Amino acid sequence: MPAVSKGDGMRGLAVFISDIRNCKSKEAEIKRINKELANIRSKFKGDKALDGYSKKKYVCKLLFIFLLGHDIDFGHMEAVNLLSSNKYTEKQIGYLFISVLVNSNSDLIRLINNAIKNDLSSRNPTYMNLALHCIANVGSREMAEAFASEVPRILVAGDTMDSVKQSAALCLLRLNRTSPDLVPMGEWTSRVVHLLNDQHLGVVTAATSLISTLAQKNPDDFKTSVSLAVARLSRIVTSASTDLQDYTYYFVAAPWLSVKLLRLLQCYPPPEEGAIRGRLTECLETILNKAQEPPKSKKVQHSNAKNAVLFEAISLIIHHDSEPTLLVRACNQLGQFLQHRETNLRYLALESMCTLASSEFSHEAVKTHIETVINSLKTERDVSVRQRAVDLLYAMCDRSNAKQIVTEMLSYLETADYSIREEIVLKVAILAEKYAVDYTWYVDTILNLIRIAGDYVSEEVWYRVIQIVINRDDVQGYAAKTVFEALQAPACHENLVKVGGYILGEFGNLIAGDPRSSPLVQFHLLHSKFHLCSVPTRALLLSAYVKFINLFPEVKGTIQEVLRSDSQLRNADVELQQRAVEYLRLSCIATTDILATVLEEMPPFPERESSILAKLKKKKGSGTVSDIEDSRKERNVNANANVTSSPSSDLLGLGNSSAVNSASPPTSSHAASLLVDVFSESLPVAALGSASAHVIEENFSRFVCKNNGVLFESQLLQIGLKSEFRQNLGRMYIFYGNKTSTQFLNFSSSVVCPEPLTADPVLDGGAQLQQILNIECISDFVEAPVLNIQFRYGGSTQNISVRLPVTLNKFFQPTEMTSQDFFQRWKQLSPPQQEVQKIFKAKHSMDTEITKAKIIGFGTALLDGVDPNPSNFVGAGVIHTKTIQVGCLLRLEPNTQAQVSTAALGLDDLHFSESLASLFHTHL
Amino acid sequence: NRNERRRIGRGKLRLQKWYVALSDTQKKKISREVIQMVLARKPKMCSFLEWRDLKIVYKRYASLYFCCAVEDQENELITLEIIHRYVELLDKYFGSVCELDIIFNFEKAYYILDEFILGGEAQETSKKIVLKAIEQADMLQEEAEAPRSVLEEIGLT
Repeated sequence: MPAVSKGDGMRGLAVFISDIRNCKSKEAEIKRINKELANIRSKFKGDKALDGYSKKKYVCKLLFIFLLGHDIDFGHMEAVNLLSSNKYTEKQIGYLFISVLVNSNSDLIRLINNAIKNDLSSRNPTYMNLALHCIANVGSREMAEAFASEVPRILVAGDTMDSVKQSAALCLLRLNRTSPDLVPMGEWTSRVVHLLNDQHLGVVTAATSLISTLAQKNPDDFKTSVSLAVARLSRIVTSASTDLQDYTYYFVAAPWLSVKLLRLLQCYPPPEEGAIRGRLTECLETILNKAQEPPKSKKVQHSNAKNAVLFEAISLIIHHDSEPTLLVRACNQLGQFLQHRETNLRYLALESMCTLASSEFSHEAVKTHIETVINSLKTERDVSVRQRAVDLLYAMCDRSNAKQIVTEMLSYLETADYSIREEIVLKVAILAEKYAVDYTWYVDTILNLIRIAGDYVSEEVWYRVIQIVINRDDVQGYAAKTVFEALQAPACHENLVKVGGYILGEFGNLIAGDPRSSPLVQFHLLHSKFHLCSVPTRALLLSAYVKFINLFPEVKGTIQEVLRSDSQLRNADVELQQRAVEYLRLSCIATTDILATVLEEMPPFPERESSILAKLKKKKGSGTVSDIEDSRKERNVNANANVTSSPSSDLLGLGNSSAVNSASPPTSSHAASLLVDVFSESLPVAALGSASAHVIEENFSRFVCKNNGVLFESQLLQIGLKSEFRQNLGRMYIFYGNKTSTQFLNFSSSVVCPEPLTADPVLDGGAQLQQILNIECISDFVEAPVLNIQFRYGGSTQNISVRLPVTLNKFFQPTEMTSQDFFQRWKQLSPPQQEVQKIFKAKHSMDTEITKAKIIGFGTALLDGVDPNPSNFVGAGVIHTKTIQVGCLLRLEPNTQAQVSTAALGLDDLHFSESLASLFHTHL
Repeated sequence: NRNERRRIGRGKLRLQKWYVALSDTQKKKISREVIQMVLARKPKMCSFLEWRDLKIVYKRYASLYFCCAVEDQENELITLEIIHRYVELLDKYFGSVCELDIIFNFEKAYYILDEFILGGEAQETSKKIVLKAIEQADMLQEEAEAPRSVLEEIGLT
C-alpha cells in the first residue's frame, strides 16, 4: 500500500501495483501483467462507453506496465481522448502517457496537436503549461512544424503569466535543438534578450538557457545579451544571501542562474566595451574571493553550489584567455582543491587544470603543482580521478619536466587499470618522442613501455620507434645494443621481438664487433624466439634473417639451413612459405652486389605526423580520452572534423606546397639558398601574384604573443591553430573543422611563403583533418606565410587565404642577463642602425601584469630589477635563424599619464631591427 | 542538455526521463549499461563518470541512485545539486520520501520533475514556487473527484 496517497487515490492502480510487488517470481509478474492487459483491452473494446475516470485509471496502469519494461501496443487512442477532457487530472494523465510513450503514428499526432492547440489558446495557465510541457518532452518534428511560430508568440506576449513564460522558453529551446530549421528567428529575438531583465528570477533562469543555445548558433543576433548578462551576474554576486529569498540555495545566491549566465558569456569573446569588461572582471574577482571565505554552512550542498559557480567562472576565464592575473589566481585556487578531502573537487580541479595548462599565461603556474599531481596518481583510490591526473600530467608536460613525468607515468603503468593502459602507453610514447633531448632516452623509454605493458603497445608505437631509429643515425648503434640486451630476457614480449628483429636486421652490424654480440650470437638469439611468435612476427624475422645474410656473409650458411628446413619451406602458412622460398633463392643466386642493393638499409622515412598522435586523437574521438588539444575552445573543431576528401584531391599538397610568393621582396642576401624542402626534387615553383586573393588577417595580431587559438572562422569552416617554436624551428598544427553537416569535396591547402621560411605541409590522409607544418626560419623576414585553402561546398568552389601567424619573434629564445651586462651591451649598440626607438600610443590598458605577460609572450626574457626605474620593462632574447643568431635587447618605458610608451630595441643586426620593431609596437 | 535523468533502486529502474529522442531498444540498452556502471561504484569515489561522449553524474540516497547523463561541458557540481533539489522537492511533497512513494505515485514524481526541469534545463529553481504549482494542481484534482462505487473503493476493478 502506498505510504502516502495524495490527491486522487486511484485505488485500482494502487492494488495493481501492490500485486505486482508481491509477485514472487518473474513468471508470476508476467502472468499478472498479461491478465491486467487482457482486462484493460476488453474494457477499451467493450460496448459500454467508459467514463473519464476509468479511462484515466486504465491508461495509468498501461503506463506503469510500460515503465516496468514491457511493450505497450494499445491505449494510445484512449490517452489522446483524455487530452480533450475538461477534468484536469484526466488531461494530465493523458499528457503524461503521450510524453512517455511517443508514437509517431501520424493520425494520432494530428489529434494530439489539435488538443495541444486548444490548450495553448485556452488562456488557462495550468492547461497551457501542460501543453507546453508535452511539446518540450516530445519535441518531434511534427510538433515543431505545428508550434514553432506559436511558442515564441506566447513567450514574448505582454500578458503571459510568468510560469507559462518559463515553460515557453524551454519549450522553444527543445524545438530549436531538434529542428532548428523550423524555428524562425526574427522580430522576437530582441524581446527574448530583454527577458534577462525580468523581475522574476525563474523567468530569467529559463530565458538564459534559451539564449545560450540560440547564441551558440547565431552569436551576432544575441550580442546585446552580453551586457545584460554581465549586469545581472553582477547584481547576483554582490547581493546579500537573503536578498534573493527562495532563489538562495544553501546561502549561495541563485547558483543555477549564475552558472547559466557564465555559460552564456562563454559564447562570446571578452566584452570590448571597457565598462562592461571591468564589471565582468569584478564579478569574476568577487567569485574567486568568495572561494577563499570560510564556508557559511558545513553542508555539502553549500560547498557544491558555491564551487559550481566558481568552476564555471574559471571556465569563462580560460575561455577568454586574456587576463593573466585571473588565470593565475584560478590556477592557485584549483591547486588548493587538488588536496581537498572531497573526491569530486579533486577530480574537477584536475580536469579544469588540464585546460589551464594549455594557456600560455598559466602553463607555468600549473607546472608548480606537479608533485601534488604525481602524488594523486599514486594515492587516489578512484580510477577516474587517476585518469584525470594522467591527463593533467600529459597537458603540463614540456621540455623542462618531460623526464620526470615520463618516469612517473611508466611507474604508474605497472599497476594501472587495464582500461586505461593503452591510452597511457600512447601518451608516454608521444611525450617521449616530443620532448626527447637525446634519443637514447627515447629508445629506453619505448623498450620499457614494451616490457611493462607489451600487450597495450599498439602497432603504431613500435612502428614509430623504428621510424625514428632509422631516421637518426646517432641512435642506431645504441638502439641495436639496447634491443640486443633486452632480448636476453628469457621471456620477452612479442612486440620486443618485432622491434628487436627489425633493428638488428638493419643495424646489427653496428654491434657485431663485440664478440658477445657477434653475428652468430645475434642470429641465435633472434631465432630462439622464433617458434614462440605469431605468423606476422615470424615473417618479420625471416626478413631480418635475409638482411643478416647481406650484413654478415659469415652466417649465410647457418641461415640458409634454417630457411631450407621443412618447417620453413613447407610451412602451412603461405606468406611464411613464400618468404622462405624467395629469400633462400635470392641468397643462392644473387651476387654480393645485387644482394647489397636489394637488402640495403632502409631509407629514412619522410617526416610526418606521428601515427601515435593520430591514434590518440582517434581514441579521443570516441569520447574516452581528453587531451591537451581538447581545450573547450577547440571542441567545435574536433567535434565536426569529418571533412572527407575524395581520393583524387591533393591532400598532401605536395604539388604546390612551396610556391614562392614573388611579390615579397627578398629581404636578405642569402635568398638563393634559402628554399629548402624535403620534397624539393619534384617541385614546380609556381609564382603567385600578390594580387591573387584577399588575404584574411583579422585574427593574425592575436597570435603575436600567443601560440594557440582560432585563426579563422566563417559559417562553413573553422581553423584552429596550435604551434610551438624552438630556436629556428617551429611546428604548427592546423585543425580544420567543418561546421556544416555536409561534406567538403576536393579539400586542399597550400602554403605560400616568402623566401626566408620554409614550410612543408604534410597531411595524413583519411578522416583526421589536422595538418602539420614544419617551419624553419632561415633569415630575417617581414611577410608571414599565407595559407590557401580550397574546397568544394554545395557545388561552388571556396577559396580562403589566411595569413599564418609566423612572426619573427616566434624564434626568440629568452636570455637572462644581469643589469650590468644589459647596460654594457646596450651602450655598445650604435644608433640608428642598431637601435630603433618608437614612441606609440598604448592600444590596450597599461596594466603592469598584462604588459609583463605580453613581453614574455613576445618571446624575450623579462628581466626584473635590471632597469633602475621600476616602472620600465626590460627584456632580452636571441633570435635563431638557420644561419645566424641575433641578440636583442628591449626596453619599454610606459608613461601612464599620457598613455604613451617609448620602446627601444637594440639588436646586433640591423636587418632585424626594423622588422622586429614594427611587430613589437603594433602588438603591444 | 540533460539527456536523461533516472532513478534506480537496486538495479531496477523506477523512473526515467529522456530529453533526446531515442528508440525503446536504445533506451533499454543505455539504461542497462548505466545501471551496471553506477552500481559498480564504491562509496567515496567521485560522483562523475565518463560514458561515451557524455558524463554521468550520480548520487545515492539510501537505496536509490539518482543519475543524470549530461554533455561533456556541463557543470558537474550544479548537476549534483539539481539532483538534490529534486530530492528535496519529493521529500517536501511526500513528507520524508521513500522508494515506495515513488513507485506508487510515479505520475506525481513525473509532474514534479516537469515543473522543475523542462527540456533538460532547470525551469524553476525556487522550491516554494514549484511546490505551489503542484499543490494548485492537486486542488484542481480534488475538486474534480467524485465519490466512487464501493467496488472501486476496495480496488477490485
